[in-house]
Amino acid sequence: MLVRAETEARLQEKAKNIRRHIITMLAQAGSGHPGGSLSIADIVTALYFAVLKVDPANPQWEERDRFVLSKGHACPVLYGALAEAGFFPLEELKTLRKINSRLQGHPDMRKTPGVEMSTGSLGQGLAAANGMALAGKLDQRDYRVYVVLGDGEVNEGMVWEAAMAAAHYGLDNLTAFLDYNGLQIDGPVGEVMATAPLEEKWAAFGWHVLTIDGHDFGEILAAVEEAKKTKGQPTMIIAKTVKGRGVSFMENEVGWHGKAPDEKQTAQALAELA
Amino acid sequence: MGEKIATRDAYGEALAQLGRSNPDIVVLDADLSGSTKTAVFAREFPQRFFNMGIAEANMMGTAAGLAAAGKIPFASTFAVFATGRAFDQVRNSICYPQLNVKIAATHAGLTVGEDGASHQSVEDIALMRALPNMTVLVPADGVEARLAVRAAAEHVGPVYLRLGRPKVPVIFGDDYSFEIGRAVRLREGSDVTLAACGYMVGPALAAAKLLAGEGIEARVLNMSTLKPLDGDALLAAARETGALVTAEEHSIIGGLGSAVAEFLGQEYPVPVLRVGIGDTFGESGPPEELLEKYGLTAGDILAAAKKAMGMK
Ligand SMILES: Cc1ncc(C[n+]2csc(CCOP(=O)(O)OP(=O)(O)O)c2C)c(N)n1
Ligand SMILES: [Mg+2]
Repeated sequence: MLVRAETEARLQEKAKNIRRHIITMLAQAGSGHPGGSLSIADIVTALYFAVLKVDPANPQWEERDRFVLSKGHACPVLYGALAEAGFFPLEELKTLRKINSRLQGHPDMRKTPGVEMSTGSLGQGLAAANGMALAGKLDQRDYRVYVVLGDGEVNEGMVWEAAMAAAHYGLDNLTAFLDYNGLQIDGPVGEVMATAPLEEKWAAFGWHVLTIDGHDFGEILAAVEEAKKTKGQPTMIIAKTVKGRGVSFMENEVGWHGKAPDEKQTAQALAELA
Repeated sequence: MGEKIATRDAYGEALAQLGRSNPDIVVLDADLSGSTKTAVFAREFPQRFFNMGIAEANMMGTAAGLAAAGKIPFASTFAVFATGRAFDQVRNSICYPQLNVKIAATHAGLTVGEDGASHQSVEDIALMRALPNMTVLVPADGVEARLAVRAAAEHVGPVYLRLGRPKVPVIFGDDYSFEIGRAVRLREGSDVTLAACGYMVGPALAAAKLLAGEGIEARVLNMSTLKPLDGDALLAAARETGALVTAEEHSIIGGLGSAVAEFLGQEYPVPVLRVGIGDTFGESGPPEELLEKYGLTAGDILAAAKKAMGMK
């Protein structure tokens, strides 16, 4: 699908701002996870600024679409998007990971407006998303549920239990993204624990599977549209991404999974994201 | 004194050393080998190291099988995941069949810091202590951690070894000898006993010093074995000092405080006040600030000691 040039430009601008927030936030916190936050910055931007029906003034609106960040360590990107969308002041981003802050090191649905599920222990978000999707069907509500999983995260057996259940219950109101950035903590996914071929696995579990470039807004939005039209089964969008995307020295570097940039690195990163 | 070393670092070193002398030692990790320090072993013995990916339940089950086939597996990840995520595997595949698996869990307690509540185990001791056949060790410093790793390998049966993220002051000298099931007196005293484990041994010693300044002589016990508990040391403390304060970087429900209160409640009732995390999850923040906020400082131990003495 071709996105209107105007939409594309707007999303590019938002994603850039959110990437800048990620860098600034982590630098101020002195710890956190830049790589996996940057790799899904475009997906999360597309969701919050072109897909999700949410109301920042009423985060608990019953008809809202739900977004679950199953790979919870990437919450800086979520906080950046929520703040840009108006769920809380941009000013608050600098409290990330500080004591008494609403912005915890991993998402906390009881502390942060707009956060739909507490995550951080990997592998549990898809099951929670299934629950939200089942409730939506029971209540005959139109909302849709979106979830983002990591490619290391799918090492967890529970992900596949949830995959089975989502197809079993025909959760066509559920759309999942798999952030296929190729890296986890101890190294490349294939070396730590071989998970490929992912397309075939999800298809075998009964999902409608699409593979896209996770940094292309046209492809992201087209895949979301196709998922909406798919009946009787959930959709898995396998998004090929670059861990650390947007900051040259972080891109595809396993060492940038979980550490904050120092002052010099922050300046360089922000210059690249200008 | 003055030197600081994280118990997880001591674990990494000790494990590699064990690997050199014992070919049956095998190591499993769940995509955290850099943080748990099993990477030191992995580099030296790649054939005997198995990265199981982010799959803790499968890691524990696999460790059980390795043990059943004669190996001595050390399985490592963060304490929350080792004890929470894989609890049933630890229970039914390791403890029930009494298999020789060593669970060495790092990043226990609040001192995980900024990662927050999802990563801070406040209940792991309670879970592991409730399991039949399990031995539970919580070393206080790098020296004791190193010795506990050796002792765990020599002990036949499941062992839970609780290790921390931050560097902690070295308490013991090179002549220290560690024995599973034996509490160690770090300071003599007859007014009150401070029984601590892990990270809280340092603050307990500091509290004893402050108390001494006020003319109160506190006995300090290092309770590095939570199970089996050293009943003799506790009985002597109850008889000779008449009041105890426990200190642990863990919930006051189910940990050291519970173990001591359960034991003395039946054997020799005296006041036992528990310094630990209340019935709550932690949160993000620098370790020092969290310890302050959640009441785990030398000052908190000191206040509890005075209160316990008043209850005699
Ligand atoms: C159950 C569980 N085990 C281990 C961890 C520690 N951990 C945090 S992130 C991570 C790697 C995640 O890799 P991936 O899903 O590929 O994330 P990304 O590359 O998108 O950052 C691990 C092992 C965790 N958070 N939860
Ligand atoms: Mg990844």
